[in-house]
Amino acid sequence: MPRFTRENEELAREIIGRYPVKKSSLIPLCHLAQEQDGHLTEDAMEHIAELLELTPAEVLSTASFYEMFKREPVGKYVINVCTSISCFLMGGDELLEHAEEHLGTKAGGRTEDGLFFLEGYECIAACTEAPCLQVNYRYFHKITNAEFDDLIDDLRAGRRDDIPPHGTLATIRQHIAAEKAAGIASPDGGEQPVWLRDSPALQDSKPSA
Amino acid sequence: MITDAQPIITTRFGYDDSHTLDRFVATGGYQGLRAALRKTPQQVTDDVKAASLLGRGGAGFPAGVKWGFPPANVWPRYLVVNGDESEPGTYKDRMLMERDPHQLIEGVLIACYAVGLAQAFLYVRGEMALAQERIANALNEAYAAGYIGKNILGTDFSVDVVLTWGAGAYIVGEETGLIESLEGNRGMPRLKPPYFPAAIGLYQKPTIVNNVETLSNLPWIMNNGGEAFAKLGAETSKGMRMFAVSGHVNKPGVYEVEFGVTTFRDLIEAPIYCGGVRDGKRLKAFIPGGASSPWFFEEHLDLPLEAGAVGKAGSMLGSGAIVVMDEDTDIVRACHRVVRFFAKESCGKCTPCREGTNWLDKILRRILDGHGRPQDVDLLLDVCDNISPGINWPPRQTTICPLGPSAVSPIASAVSRFRHEFEAYVGGPVETTVHMTGAAYRAPEAAPSA
Ligand SMILES: Cc1cc2nc3c(=O)[nH]c(=O)nc-3n(C[C@H](O)[C@H](O)[C@H](O)COP(=O)(O)O)c2cc1C
Ligand code: SF4
Ligand code: FES
Repeated sequence: MPRFTRENEELAREIIGRYPVKKSSLIPLCHLAQEQDGHLTEDAMEHIAELLELTPAEVLSTASFYEMFKREPVGKYVINVCTSISCFLMGGDELLEHAEEHLGTKAGGRTEDGLFFLEGYECIAACTEAPCLQVNYRYFHKITNAEFDDLIDDLRAGRRDDIPPHGTLATIRQHIAAEKAAGIASPDGGEQPVWLRDSPALQDSKPSA
Repeated sequence: MITDAQPIITTRFGYDDSHTLDRFVATGGYQGLRAALRKTPQQVTDDVKAASLLGRGGAGFPAGVKWGFPPANVWPRYLVVNGDESEPGTYKDRMLMERDPHQLIEGVLIACYAVGLAQAFLYVRGEMALAQERIANALNEAYAAGYIGKNILGTDFSVDVVLTWGAGAYIVGEETGLIESLEGNRGMPRLKPPYFPAAIGLYQKPTIVNNVETLSNLPWIMNNGGEAFAKLGAETSKGMRMFAVSGHVNKPGVYEVEFGVTTFRDLIEAPIYCGGVRDGKRLKAFIPGGASSPWFFEEHLDLPLEAGAVGKAGSMLGSGAIVVMDEDTDIVRACHRVVRFFAKESCGKCTPCREGTNWLDKILRRILDGHGRPQDVDLLLDVCDNISPGINWPPRQTTICPLGPSAVSPIASAVSRFRHEFEAYVGGPVETTVHMTGAAYRAPEAAPSA
């Protein structure tokens, strides 16, 4: 079952079509699989291999390099508490400790109900907003213990439908309409672009629409 | 010196809808693209050269010069936008991607036009869901409005900009690691030479890799001219630049200030910026340019945020990330926190980095756990000396990429200045035999005995 659904296979083909070399879509396709199933399954990797004309081992070789690909179920919400230097200075360790206590699981583990997966994480580029965390890669800045507890309550009670379940990253996708596309630039046999010459591309001096 | 120079790339941040095409166009958006298309590609490149726009991704290489590197007659050429921001302390590219995605896209188009880049890949860090959404939406809007794709603004300039994204690995921020990742591989850096991206990059073709902030400056440069840009800032550091100041200050934040003239003290102490060290405490140390830079101290506060001056003092502005530590900071723990990052993120390709960073992490853990021996501090330096012989600045490299030597900076900084804190942990006097050459690793005349 956790091969791509028909719909997602369509989407996968669209994504593949944007790259000059198929394999370049490998990471986006693994994300798509994770979006479908919550984690990256062996069957999905096999399907990706078929679509990209690779071996499953090649897909696994790449996927296993990247921290975001979970090859086991992780629950609905992955919580990353930053404990890198700026957050460390501003109470990130204490926040993680509190999270462990409140959720009843150590960092790197899942809660008993299988809803949350807690991780101590490296810098998430919110250093001036320390201490901070992400739930399914959505940001929460300057978090107090009380705010953490409220957030968990809200998530448990299903009051945060703005945060999609783990696996879904962007809820908006790029789409390039065929008639608007410039087309992929294949690495084989390219030519000098037509606009690269000694006259400006836009000749009129009046502002165009 | 605090100047009244006005921001260039953070001007729309005050609007709630700063990420939309409507707001962008209503505030001068895509005029820079039009200005560029009214010039020849060569004139655009010349303008960016005149601006002396330094890359904002960490290495500080002039963008206009880089654009001149692709060999003639090798086609196609690609653009890869580096939006992988993940160096501890660094927070500005995410802001630019989330809050002004069209400005970035406009910059991307200007670069493609100037250098003849046939396709652009905008690589956003995997963990940044909102940035991915904002950019996807902005790209869709821009395609619909005719700013991207086939025959841009009715001209024969045509290029696709493809949003792509990572999956959690700091090392893909390194440009050749980024290219590997974009080719669907493990993000392990390539050896330079021969793999300088401008010559042999994506799919072995000439590839320009530029940082998000670098590209976001291009619309302003097209609208106002390279010379106007070069009037801002100082000798080797032109224009405006974003700095994230985090840690123990009253008002941590991201500030766009005049490059090269504003000083560390201005940023850390001025009421309009950070308003001083938290709770009136004394400054103990600060990281001037992201986790990989050697640390600075009180005596460096009056240095301008200028690449040359900071380099001479033995460190770098790197990714524009300043991390402030007050007098209560446990330096050994802080040092370990930075080293741990590099140990975790080492891609494992070269032995000095893979083994070295992990041993540094382990030895520091042992010291922190109270099982350290006095000779462990010299051992730390010895490992550092193996990763980067001479412990100098700029660092010598025995590795494929600069990540390995990055783990050396926090240790050399901490040991050279706060040896007594290590002694307190290991319970005895520490002797070191390994020589540290870097200018920032030399104690000042009157070393603070805090
Ligand atoms: C370990 C390592 C990590 C890096 N991470 C980033 C990054 O996250 N973002 C970035 O723009 N540059 C990063 N760089 C620098 C890039 O290799 C490259 O120099 C830069 O993207 C070029 O763009 P610029 O010239 O516009 O600055 C990193 C370099 C190294 C060695
Ligand atoms: S220095 Fe470290 S991160 Fe860089 S290529 Fe070598 S092992 Fe990988
Ligand atoms: S150190 Fe926590 S977000 Fe950067």
